[in-house]
Amino acid sequence: MNGNLNPLQLDAMREVGNIGAGHAATVLSQLLDKRVLMSVPEVSILPLAEACDVVGGAEQPMVGVYLRVFGGAPSKILYLFPEDNALFVANLLINDPEKCRNILGELEISALKEIGNILTGAYVYAFSNFTGIDMFSSVPALAFDMVGAILNTVLSDLGEMGDYAVIIETKLTACDESIDGHFFLVPDHGSLSTILEALGVKNGCQKQSGSECPKS
Amino acid sequence: MSETIRVGMSQIVVAEAPDVLVTLGLGSCVAVCVYDFFLKVGGMAHVMLPDSSLAKEVTTPGKFADTAISTLLTTMQQKGTLKERLVVKIAGGAQMFSYQGLDQKIQIGMRNINAVEENLAQAGLKISKRSVGGNIGRSVFMELATGAIKVKMLNSPDLIL
Repeated sequence: MNGNLNPLQLDAMREVGNIGAGHAATVLSQLLDKRVLMSVPEVSILPLAEACDVVGGAEQPMVGVYLRVFGGAPSKILYLFPEDNALFVANLLINDPEKCRNILGELEISALKEIGNILTGAYVYAFSNFTGIDMFSSVPALAFDMVGAILNTVLSDLGEMGDYAVIIETKLTACDESIDGHFFLVPDHGSLSTILEALGVKNGCQKQSGSECPKS
Repeated sequence: MSETIRVGMSQIVVAEAPDVLVTLGLGSCVAVCVYDFFLKVGGMAHVMLPDSSLAKEVTTPGKFADTAISTLLTTMQQKGTLKERLVVKIAGGAQMFSYQGLDQKIQIGMRNINAVEENLAQAGLKISKRSVGGNIGRSVFMELATGAIKVKMLNSPDLIL
């Protein structure tokens, strides 16, 4: 896949992202018993050289929870939270003032990984249902470091096949913006065309001049 | 006036004093820095992957350790640098995520370091200083006026290589 998607395909990808993230946001809301807002997903196709700047400064410290998605359309899923947000979420889930510490310890890390796991489950389930592609996710891994370093580790193997990363990003906000997380779905090379095919928009009308374009 | 030049993933940049070459937030990638102290010309390659034979075609030589190092050295040579004067330093190659059962793909940092070391040795170059591995991200600042390299990390003091 090269760096081009036509508007119809972009829309389709945005919609899949919307459905997946919508389920994930609902689950997060139930889990924390708080209202959770989500943005309209943004689909961007970025040269790898610029991809590390998607969340702003590459040196910002952030907590990242990373999962692989296997099955018909292998992808990567990454959650990014600023450190204080991550602690806030972990403490909400642990919900025991005696155990609450303001450091990213073993218990907090485990809680955050579990959140990643549950949200990914919801996202992947909705994604699978909508596209009819079988998918399941790996165990979560966690890193706390400069956001550039996290992104560059997650994205580096995309370089084997191409120079671009397709990134579907949704922002989640909860508790009056004291939680402000980023959620990324990054299809592996080849997965994008599988997804587009499942959605019935594989052959973009821009590429096949002469064939008929679907009317919106 | 010194200029700060960003070296993004898979890019190779060669410049001269007093510019500063910068790469922010290195995870599993490795920054290969070579410097000719006589001409005060230096270059940095931001290597993402160990081996170009994994790829279908190499459109961006900077991505892979083997192609990045040969391209970097050729570009340096075109600037008039001599191999005998080159000082080589590397940084990066961290293992950012810890999984229980480590799989090959995730150990990319270690594989990148090994590949960079091998390719530099094949080119007849010795690494004079390094800050590699571990599980921390790094930002690398290469000052071409002096050849000094500053490595910044979260929660630990800066290193000068």
